[in-house]
Amino acid sequence: MSNFFSQFWASTIDGLTQGGIYALIALGYTLVYGVLRLINFAHSEIFMIGTFTTVGVIALFGVTSPLTGLGLFLFLLVAALAAAFVSGTSAVILERVAYRPLRRRGATQLAALISAIGASLFLQQAFSLRWPDTVGTERVMDKTVIATIGSGLLRADKLLVIVGAIAMMLILDRLVNRTRFGRAIRATAQSADTATLMGVNIDRVIMLTFLIGGAMAGVAGMLYIVFFEVTTFAVGFVLGIKAFTAAVLGGIGNLRGALLGGLSLGLIEEYGASIVGSQWKDVIAFSVLVLVLMFRPTGLLGESLGKARA
Amino acid sequence: MSDRDAKDVVSHTDPNATNTVPGQEPSLGDGEATRRGLKKARMPWVRAFDAVSAWWRSLPTAARWTGYLLMLVLAFALPNIPGLGDIMAPGSSWQRILFFPIGIYILLALGLNVVVGYAGLLDLGFVAFYAIGAYSMAVLGTKFGWGFWEVLPVGIGIAMFAGLLLGSPTLRLRGDYLAIVTLGFGEIIRVTATNTDYLGGPRGINNIPRPPSIGDISWLKYGVLDSRPYYYLVVVVIVIVIIIMKRLEKSRVGRSWTAIREDEDAAQLMGVPTLKFKLWAFTVGAAVGGAAGVIFASANAAIRPTDFPFILSATILAAVVLGGAGNLPGVILGAFLVAWLPEVARGFSQYRVLVFGAVLVILMIFRPQGIWPSRIRAAEFKEGEGGIGRLGGEVGVVRSQAGTADS
Repeated sequence: MSNFFSQFWASTIDGLTQGGIYALIALGYTLVYGVLRLINFAHSEIFMIGTFTTVGVIALFGVTSPLTGLGLFLFLLVAALAAAFVSGTSAVILERVAYRPLRRRGATQLAALISAIGASLFLQQAFSLRWPDTVGTERVMDKTVIATIGSGLLRADKLLVIVGAIAMMLILDRLVNRTRFGRAIRATAQSADTATLMGVNIDRVIMLTFLIGGAMAGVAGMLYIVFFEVTTFAVGFVLGIKAFTAAVLGGIGNLRGALLGGLSLGLIEEYGASIVGSQWKDVIAFSVLVLVLMFRPTGLLGESLGKARA
Repeated sequence: MSDRDAKDVVSHTDPNATNTVPGQEPSLGDGEATRRGLKKARMPWVRAFDAVSAWWRSLPTAARWTGYLLMLVLAFALPNIPGLGDIMAPGSSWQRILFFPIGIYILLALGLNVVVGYAGLLDLGFVAFYAIGAYSMAVLGTKFGWGFWEVLPVGIGIAMFAGLLLGSPTLRLRGDYLAIVTLGFGEIIRVTATNTDYLGGPRGINNIPRPPSIGDISWLKYGVLDSRPYYYLVVVVIVIVIIIMKRLEKSRVGRSWTAIREDEDAAQLMGVPTLKFKLWAFTVGAAVGGAAGVIFASANAAIRPTDFPFILSATILAAVVLGGAGNLPGVILGAFLVAWLPEVARGFSQYRVLVFGAVLVILMIFRPQGIWPSRIRAAEFKEGEGGIGRLGGEVGVVRSQAGTADS
């Protein structure tokens, strides 16, 4: 317990950083789930593709020493756009190949889930054939300490992850709640049949949902690489499960819930780890999930992509 | 789901249906809806399998029992047929893969079939019960000196208790949440085993006692080299499990499972205590998984946490769905294929999982009901529900309304 107090601020900063990445991946799960009622199991692989894209961009930039100032800003912008583009496109292709044919045939959720697991295995293995080992990169961002809060050191890269996650979430929230396209997403989430009758092109909405979700995962992959500087073909598995847990924790189908769920899951893990040891992180995360679902089955903020107010 | 669909569904799963004549399929297939569904279905493959099972049922009892006996004899002869190993498993030991993965996978798939196939609950962490069975055998065998036959019932009991423990809070949740919670449970068990020194940590437990040899017969001596005794053991357990499943399928419990799978709300309205029967499905499935774990640990003599990864849960689930959830011959076929195909494809082993993933996607696109579905299941699929809700559409509306009533 004494660890908990002595490391409180350090844990808070680490938890928010980890939680930020969870939240960005969770946004993709939540969007797709809200619209299709499908656990997009291959979403973790879309994230994995984002990390590899970022590694590629770093190699293209020829980064040999940490960037600063304008160079860093440009790099982050280009890497984020590239990762978002590649991941988003992959997600759209995934939807075309693995989900749309099933949807057309009125397949069950179980069939779609199996298809998702299949697609996930396929993507993982495809990457493992080319990159069987861990892939590391040059450091692109100095881990400068910006501020000291109690026992915690707020490093620049951690701050980037936290701020990045919240910024992306705000943009997405605005997109879904304020734009015409967002209204179409919400209408589809409420009732696909009724939305069709009202002239919403369901296929297009679903495609764009995957595109946005994938792009979010791509940005998450970029931030992950800047922070951890290493990736493998299996990087998405545990992160994906955690992110889905985060989405359920906050209330699946609810964008703000995904952010809240991600950040709280990260915090809970870190606080728990400081008390009972970090090897129990996963157990803590899932135990919290079970407890939340027992007492509040719709998550912290309720499941409501369809119900979000315009 | 519209009112009419609900009525159709209820009509062919009347919970008050009288007991059927032994040896005859219960009257489930006679419902007008089912027949219409099948006619609409236009699935030649299903019809072919259907014709086979109809022919099988038309045989006199004596002939069918002879058939069962022949199958049993064949099962026992499989590891001994000369030359078969070269065809079925070039490059690996046919006798060994008959026990693991084939035999164990079939047993696991039969267990998961109760949860997914009969009751329509999505369990992504079935490997947890397998692990619990295996660790029961390992701990009781090495630290308390228990023998295989003493541990078997206790291991099954522990797995059932775990199923009850996991099920009672989580089975109140609906489909997808259940999936993620069970997945989490599978991970919790594995991580706990890795982090607990008493359970050997990441290195697992070695020197687990093997089953005692029976008499002085060579193929019942449980040693290191010969895999056949373990295979025979697993065949006997599989046969017992199949008999129990067949009895359960036609019992009040089995009919309740069907009702829950097709429409949980309708089942509840008809007076089926859904939570109780879902718990039953969980515990019965867990019992079979636990038995498989005990056998595996005892035969392998060593277990590690990495023997129980998530991918195994996914593989077994794939086996059940691939073969045809809810139909025992289909599930066995699915488990056999999932276990055996990678062994054949050893030549290009690095592409195995890649191909497996692609096959899953393709199969779900073209045959979501599985290779050999039961007739009821096939009809349900045609009605567009398959018991677990459809992609998109109205299911979600019902749920989000329930959500507001809650808050």
